Amino acid sequence: MLFTITTTHQPATDLGFLLHKHPARCQSFKLAFGAQAHVFYPVAEPNMCTAALQISVDPVGMVRNRRGPRGERGTLDHYVNDRPYVASSFSSVAIAQVYSSALNGKCRDMEGLVATPLPLEATISVVPSRGGEGLLRELFEPLGYELLLQRHPLDEQFPEWGESPYYTVTLRATTQLQKLLAHVYVLIPVLDNEKHYWVGQDEVEKLLRFGEGWLADHPAKAAISRRYLKYQGSLARQALERLVVEERLSAADEDSPTEDPREEATEKTLSLNEQRHGAVLAVLESVGAQRVLDLGCGEGRLLRALVKNRQFTEIVGVDVSHRVLELAAARLRLERMSPMQRERITLLHGSLTYRDQRLAGFDAATIVEVIEHLDPPRLAAFERVVFEFTRPNVAIVTTPNSEYNVRWETLPAGSMRHRDHRFEWTRAEFQSWARGVAERFGYTVRFLPVGPDDAEVGSPTQMGLFEVLSEAQK
Amino acid sequence: MNLTIPELSLVVLIGPSGAGKSTFAREHFLPTEVLSSDYCRGLISDDENDQTVSTEAFEVLRYIAAKRLEKGRLTVIDATNVRAEDRQGFVALAREYHCLPVALVFNLPEKLCQERNAARPDRDFGAHVIRSQRSALRRGTRGRQGLKREGFRYVYTFTTPEDVDAAVIERQPLWNNKKHERGPFDIIGDVHGCFDELTALLAELGYEEVDGGVWQHPAGRKLIFVGDLVDRGPQTPECLQLVMQCVKAETALCVPGNHDVKFMRAMWGKNVKQTHGLAESIEQIRVYELHYRAFGRIAADFIDSLVSHYVLDDGKLVVAHAGMKEAYQGRGSGKVREFALYGETTGETDEFGLPVRHNWAAEYRGNAMVVYGHTPVPEAEWLNRTINIDTGCVFGGKLTALRYPELEIVSVPAAKTYCEPARPFLPEDVAPSTLSAQQAHDDVLDIADVTGKRIVSTRLRANITIRAENAAAALEVMSRFAADPRWLIYLPPTMSPCETSTQPEYLEYPTEAFGYFRSAGVGRVICQEKHMGSRAVVIVCKDADAARARFGVTTGEAGIIYTRTGRRFFDDEQLEAELLDRLRGALMAGFWSAFNTDWACLDCELMPWSAKAQALLKEQYAALGAAGRASLAASANALQQAQKRGIDTGLLLDETAHKQAQLDSFTDAYRQYCWPVANIDDLKLAPFHLLATEGAVHIDRDHAWHMQTLATICGHGAPLLHATRTLEVDLSDAASEQRAVDWWLEMTRAGSEGMVVKPRDFVARGKRGLVQPAIKCRGREYLRIIYGPEYDMPDNLERLRARRLSGKRSLALREFALGIEGLERFVRREPLRRVHECAFGVLAMESEPVDPRL
Repeated sequence: MLFTITTTHQPATDLGFLLHKHPARCQSFKLAFGAQAHVFYPVAEPNMCTAALQISVDPVGMVRNRRGPRGERGTLDHYVNDRPYVASSFSSVAIAQVYSSALNGKCRDMEGLVATPLPLEATISVVPSRGGEGLLRELFEPLGYELLLQRHPLDEQFPEWGESPYYTVTLRATTQLQKLLAHVYVLIPVLDNEKHYWVGQDEVEKLLRFGEGWLADHPAKAAISRRYLKYQGSLARQALERLVVEERLSAADEDSPTEDPREEATEKTLSLNEQRHGAVLAVLESVGAQRVLDLGCGEGRLLRALVKNRQFTEIVGVDVSHRVLELAAARLRLERMSPMQRERITLLHGSLTYRDQRLAGFDAATIVEVIEHLDPPRLAAFERVVFEFTRPNVAIVTTPNSEYNVRWETLPAGSMRHRDHRFEWTRAEFQSWARGVAERFGYTVRFLPVGPDDAEVGSPTQMGLFEVLSEAQK
Repeated sequence: MNLTIPELSLVVLIGPSGAGKSTFAREHFLPTEVLSSDYCRGLISDDENDQTVSTEAFEVLRYIAAKRLEKGRLTVIDATNVRAEDRQGFVALAREYHCLPVALVFNLPEKLCQERNAARPDRDFGAHVIRSQRSALRRGTRGRQGLKREGFRYVYTFTTPEDVDAAVIERQPLWNNKKHERGPFDIIGDVHGCFDELTALLAELGYEEVDGGVWQHPAGRKLIFVGDLVDRGPQTPECLQLVMQCVKAETALCVPGNHDVKFMRAMWGKNVKQTHGLAESIEQIRVYELHYRAFGRIAADFIDSLVSHYVLDDGKLVVAHAGMKEAYQGRGSGKVREFALYGETTGETDEFGLPVRHNWAAEYRGNAMVVYGHTPVPEAEWLNRTINIDTGCVFGGKLTALRYPELEIVSVPAAKTYCEPARPFLPEDVAPSTLSAQQAHDDVLDIADVTGKRIVSTRLRANITIRAENAAAALEVMSRFAADPRWLIYLPPTMSPCETSTQPEYLEYPTEAFGYFRSAGVGRVICQEKHMGSRAVVIVCKDADAARARFGVTTGEAGIIYTRTGRRFFDDEQLEAELLDRLRGALMAGFWSAFNTDWACLDCELMPWSAKAQALLKEQYAALGAAGRASLAASANALQQAQKRGIDTGLLLDETAHKQAQLDSFTDAYRQYCWPVANIDDLKLAPFHLLATEGAVHIDRDHAWHMQTLATICGHGAPLLHATRTLEVDLSDAASEQRAVDWWLEMTRAGSEGMVVKPRDFVARGKRGLVQPAIKCRGREYLRIIYGPEYDMPDNLERLRARRLSGKRSLALREFALGIEGLERFVRREPLRRVHECAFGVLAMESEPVDPRL
């Protein structure tokens, strides 16, 4: 990857003093992981000077010598990855090392120049931006840059594959070099969203140090902190709290990267999730359920609400993902609960397509936004597992109402709310399925809207409330 | 004195301290069979004489005893046990595990006990202790009946040291233990006095009547009757007489049925209700006795002598009248006998006033096959290795026999309906289900059958352990992504590459693959071109009816194509159906009859790679190419400018140009395996194993047969079906090997991924057991896709050579054995959970962390 800085300040070659690198030489530096940095000047005229920083990453060394936990995000573990070519946390490390004095605002020979705004143009050869052009502009424009963006296609031979997430980014502004370097230093890892080293406490310090003077006023400061710290909720919170002491964080800021940004963006405005949980709790309370199953409990948001209510004497959260259950245990702080509290709640690793003795005999089961994650042919097994073998007295099933999707501007027409959704039903589809299930397994079912009930398209979430038929009713 | 005790019993030693119990136990039992309370005290408190931990010590002792009895192990309790309340718990424990409690009483002179204790430095309690223990013993065990009343079935008492010394323990097999009888057997369902049908069936089975009314088989087969010989039918006495004669002549075994037992009680003059056909039996006996004096009493004594159930053929076969659950097999207790005669009821009654039976067979997970009768069913059907062969002859059904070990069902129809059943057993208004009992039962699998640490026994590689955390990972993948488990009869194993080559410029080279097989003792191998697509398992059925009948799939599909993780290959159902149609066309009518099947399972590669791996290609491969091109071009440009200025940039420009060339090669490498798929004509399917058809897993055929058979099929299905190029190699002939190396070089230069080398035989064994079923050897250019564009720079190559294969190879063998095991179980028509266990196991293994580049 190549990072060039050009100035038309006169004499332009003063850039060499600022960067502490002689324009007539090509210098090389050793970086961590066997990577190398080279600084040279493609142009060094009195009216224009360009300094180039080229970073060569050793792809084999990067995989073999990597320390720290194995990332689930994967690409760093592969030899086939874009790391050698894109601006990433490697680049920031290189900038901090090679342009250390400039980044720290030191210049032995021309101290006055440090504080002088200069006409600057910086080009980063390849910047990954999964958030597209929008994200790039959101990050750099508030800092006063004029942006020139060139997007690269994935493969010219397969135009149908479309565009790559890579841009050649040129930033233009009249500003201090130190500021430009600091902006690039912080924002490159933010764009890349992946770090080659483990994110720890000292990263918070770095973020605050290089963000000094601009990050606090940046409109996207929350997103920047979160992404810079690789979505480590507590670290991001620390950083933000120290940036803006008075600002308290909303629950939304705890969102982890495991959740699909699309669903998050689509449904957040409504805080639909909370309304869903509210509706489920209301039903559970009204039917007087005490022993409750949350089937597909995920990270345990509903469980947290259930635990707070003493009505529920036994709460069992079930999920198919072992990892997610660990997150749930952490979020519920199971370890720190009092024995009385702890006894009320159990987390079980289980599946809704296998019969499970442990789940039989409960007052109620909640199945919130779960069925749409099952392939339609597997629904038959799900139905028998839940309504025949688990057989709770009350079952609450919620699922998206696909009719409502047109009300979301950000959701492209015809697409679903989440990448893993196997289907999204209209109200008629859901109700016909639910009535069939009720009929076959001896339940009654009624339907409730969740979220704003639109006259035309209904509510965003639909809920089916199943109640087991008593002997007499049969 | 010979002391006879049942082979499975709970032996309770009774006697005061110093009576010599522990010494006796040491002499007559295995050290592990003896559980001593003193030892348990020591386990807890480091002091065998610490009486303050007695409660805890006995908890531990009981816990271990329970585990042993559960596993069917004789257990000896070495404690004083002098008080009735001490013994009570052990009698209850024996009952709980359906084994017999035995009491060995050491009622020796007090003086002797005192002397012995005095000689032991650790027994410093006073003389009164033994005195009080002896008096407690005498009080509790007065007379032999004393202990029998407590529930002990065998009581032996020693009163002198000579008695103790002379004792010899004789372990007696249980009456129901006939493990040494290995058959072959013909097991006959409920006869209920249907003598004509019985003799017809025996004749059909090849039995002949010899002198004295004994039926015997020329090949020495043996009959086993599941009981209910009597009542309802026209010739109860004749049936009894036949069976009694055969049992006496040892050409038959018989277990009692509930009707037989009630009949017996009636013959003994007990007051029983003469219902359910008993009145008819009594009348028939009265007439029969006109010629055969006291036949009723004789028959009753015969029934009394019958054993509730039999465990036969090394424990592989169990026969009982109403079935036998696993925990009861080979045990003896009142409960076991009850179960054998009546089965288990839920306590409810149905609309006909009959008790509702608990479906123990649905929960059965045992390894032994259980053959039983009792409840009439229209057809004898397997369910979880159990089969009910009472097909209601007396109700107008048929009399059925199961031949063992052939598992063939032979029936003769009833001549007439002798009795109307209270509950119609051939319901007329219900359409017969198209699914078998097993398939209907298998509709839902139980989580307890897949999770936790599991051990799967396979024919190819004995026991394979699935770790709990791997099973947990597999549960998620299975639940979220996999197709209906009924289709997943096989998941393919992973494949290891050859050892790293020492040739310059090559990471993999055929020499190492050949070397591996040669040193494993394999003389001939077959090389197959490796296609770069995605692994696809194809199950193709003759039609939707065949799919329903054999796989129990009711969606109307006639086959499936799934990936190596069990996920449906296509989202587009129509495309899948079309592809299966084409394949069916290529198989042609001859295939179904030649293999006597209406389904087939094939292991294939489906191309292009881009059809399935689109996301991977775009997010990883094309992305790398795009980023690399932009980045390297910018660097090259800047470096050229600097060089023009006369700056010495050393080797940087050359290096960048070289990287650009390597990146181009990388892009070329993946591009070859990509082409747009608009419809089915853009796909290519290359089958390489014809894994299984009805009744056969074709691993007894070598790979040459597989490739030939499939080549013919591909010939009829071109261009969609793509025959794979192969080359056979004689590993003892250097020239033959060289030809294969040249073949590989030529193919890989032309862009092929490489080749797979397999032993000619599908399953090859060497000195160290199973040999790898396949080793891959990938081409130089292809490996760029795996190790990155610049992998073959000398410095990189050197570092990449260090790679460990042992983990991958062990995994490949285990997965291979599991995959084949699943197919064999499916072909044997085992319950789905047994088939699923194997596919689940392969998926679980795949969650092991192994270098993904291997």
